[in-house]
Amino acid sequence: MTELPANVAAAIAPAAGADDFRPLSSLAAARMALRRDLTLAFRQRGQLVQPLAFFAMVTLLFPLAVSPELARLREIVPGVLWSAELLASLLALEFLFRDDVQDGTLEQYALSGQSLTALLFAKTTAHWLLTGLPLTVMAPLAALSLGAPTSAVAGIVASVALGGVTLSLIGSIGASLTLGMKRSGALLSLLTLPLSLPVLIFGARATQLAITGGVLVAPLELLGALAVLGVTLAPLAAAAGVRISLE
Amino acid sequence: MPSRSLEIENLHLWRGERHVLRGVHCALGEGQCLKLTGPNGSGKTSLLRTVAGLMYPEEGQVRWEGRDVREDLRSFHARMTYLGHEPPLKGDLSARENLRYWIGARRALSAPMIDAALGSVGAGALAGQRVRTLSAGQRRRVALAGLALSAVPLWLLDEPATNLDSDGQQVVADLISRHLARGGLAVVALHHPLHVSGGMLELALAA
Amino acid sequence: MTWTWFHRLGSPPYVYGLAQRLTPWLGWPAALLIAGGLWGGLLLAPPDYQQGDGYRIIYVHAPSAWMSLMVYTTMAAAAAVGLIWRIKVAHAVAASCAAIGASFTFAALVTGALWGQPMWGTYWQWDPRLTSELILLFLYLGYIGLRAGLEDTQRADRASAVLAVVGVINVPIIHYSVTWWNSLHQAPSVMRLAKPTLPPSMLVPLMMMLLGFTLLFGALLLVRLRAQILARERSSAWIREALGT
Repeated sequence: MTELPANVAAAIAPAAGADDFRPLSSLAAARMALRRDLTLAFRQRGQLVQPLAFFAMVTLLFPLAVSPELARLREIVPGVLWSAELLASLLALEFLFRDDVQDGTLEQYALSGQSLTALLFAKTTAHWLLTGLPLTVMAPLAALSLGAPTSAVAGIVASVALGGVTLSLIGSIGASLTLGMKRSGALLSLLTLPLSLPVLIFGARATQLAITGGVLVAPLELLGALAVLGVTLAPLAAAAGVRISLE
Repeated sequence: MPSRSLEIENLHLWRGERHVLRGVHCALGEGQCLKLTGPNGSGKTSLLRTVAGLMYPEEGQVRWEGRDVREDLRSFHARMTYLGHEPPLKGDLSARENLRYWIGARRALSAPMIDAALGSVGAGALAGQRVRTLSAGQRRRVALAGLALSAVPLWLLDEPATNLDSDGQQVVADLISRHLARGGLAVVALHHPLHVSGGMLELALAA
Repeated sequence: MTWTWFHRLGSPPYVYGLAQRLTPWLGWPAALLIAGGLWGGLLLAPPDYQQGDGYRIIYVHAPSAWMSLMVYTTMAAAAAVGLIWRIKVAHAVAASCAAIGASFTFAALVTGALWGQPMWGTYWQWDPRLTSELILLFLYLGYIGLRAGLEDTQRADRASAVLAVVGVINVPIIHYSVTWWNSLHQAPSVMRLAKPTLPPSMLVPLMMMLLGFTLLFGALLLVRLRAQILARERSSAWIREALGT
């Protein structure tokens, strides 16, 4: 065998006997995972547009199918907004794990010696920043185009932001269970939608109150509670799902 | 510090109805390498994945330094690196960035360290290139650089010399030899012979 | 002593035999109770003073709805046991529950629709209970769909177990949110009887039906469980002995 030059060997490996026993905290590893996903997404910017375009198109369907009168459209804004949000969020779920399964990097996450729960939470956060956050920006625009008053914007942004976080988290569970399955789109929807219905109910109510000028505290608090529950439990379930799918 | 050892005791694994691993039994000490041979479908990959903790055996135990790895799988993972058939690299990141996010999530790395590792496997010139633009053999070399950087006592390698020319195969052999010389352990599934200093223990699996 | 009994419950041959022996002990009482309950509820009990005779479908609707929820909980509990302790028989139990639970849910929906027709003139109402039942049906279908979509039995078992546990945690949340949603819009609720408390002539048949349905579930579960065990263990030696081939 050929020996490496001393400087190279010293650069790569620690001194003999030294133990690099988990020198990185799970938090630092999670931050790296977040940064990695954001970097990757910016290099494939085209993909990010799809859920947004879908959301815009679904919104467009309703004036064409129902009526162009803003007074009538205003009544259905919560329904349209949240149906579009749910469906766009489902569409975006495809991107969460697909590439990582194909190239084997998800498996390396499971073998990294770091908390898989923390790493998946980082991935889901990145996913929300890339899909949920832009949808949060689009939602008030869509609502305004359907006749909602400008006073409703703040409430709509708050409810879609909170709801979107929970939807991403719930979605990560279904995505983890259907890893690597071909044509799993319909099944993923079937798994995720029933679990997402509470978000839809509270979110639509908040949106409606925002439009009519009522007090949004109750539904926002409920959305917040769902988000907290999601943050604490969903990454655990997703980690279990990933390990099961990798077996 | 307990001396490093890997014990595989009476492993039984079923995949569906197939009894893939039938009572596999083996022990490895410091500086030893175990070569897994056998035809396709004989369970080499399954054995590696079971030792890595990805698959759960119906019977038997894997012990690292005397303790069942299942007791603390995360600590075990921090002490081993598993390399499967495909190099775990993201196409849209450069070789350097890939290693930073892969091995850098496990130990603190600096750019000179990463470049030195790439250089040591003959992939120094590729450091800044997107992995998507690299050939299969070049990607394999980048993955090997990651292996060198991981600085862990146990290596689990599934056909590490795939897609490599004779030069590359020598790189793999040298890599493993140096690892063993430092007191590391390795379990390697191989189709073709690889000349590692000090020889290898062999475990032949039957289909 | 109790530990060995628990340990034996994890053994497929033992459970197979036990299921075979227990089935008639559940099946016959179930048949008697259901027959008695139907006779008492459909014929003997007095008509509701507000809804007349149309309310009688409650004797099938309420037990079905109750069972749909109970079966899901049983399924999730069995799945959790299988997931945590890696017991294959527990996974077989969970798999056996799914279709039975979905059927109870479907029955609750159909009887709910039939109840609505004569009372309100529509076959469907977005009543909180019916809506919750519909969502529960989708939860069952998702579970069944996931199992069907995964070829490897072990992965199907474990993945659907995670789904079942997540689902069972969600069921109260979904139920609460649907009730909350319904209270906002004050949609009329069909599924109530005029009296706040039921007289014994109505209560007794209802309880009989409930108990009968529970025993029916038990009997059906054991029958399906044996089929599951047969399918999973078909290459084992003990199966060939048990079947006498």
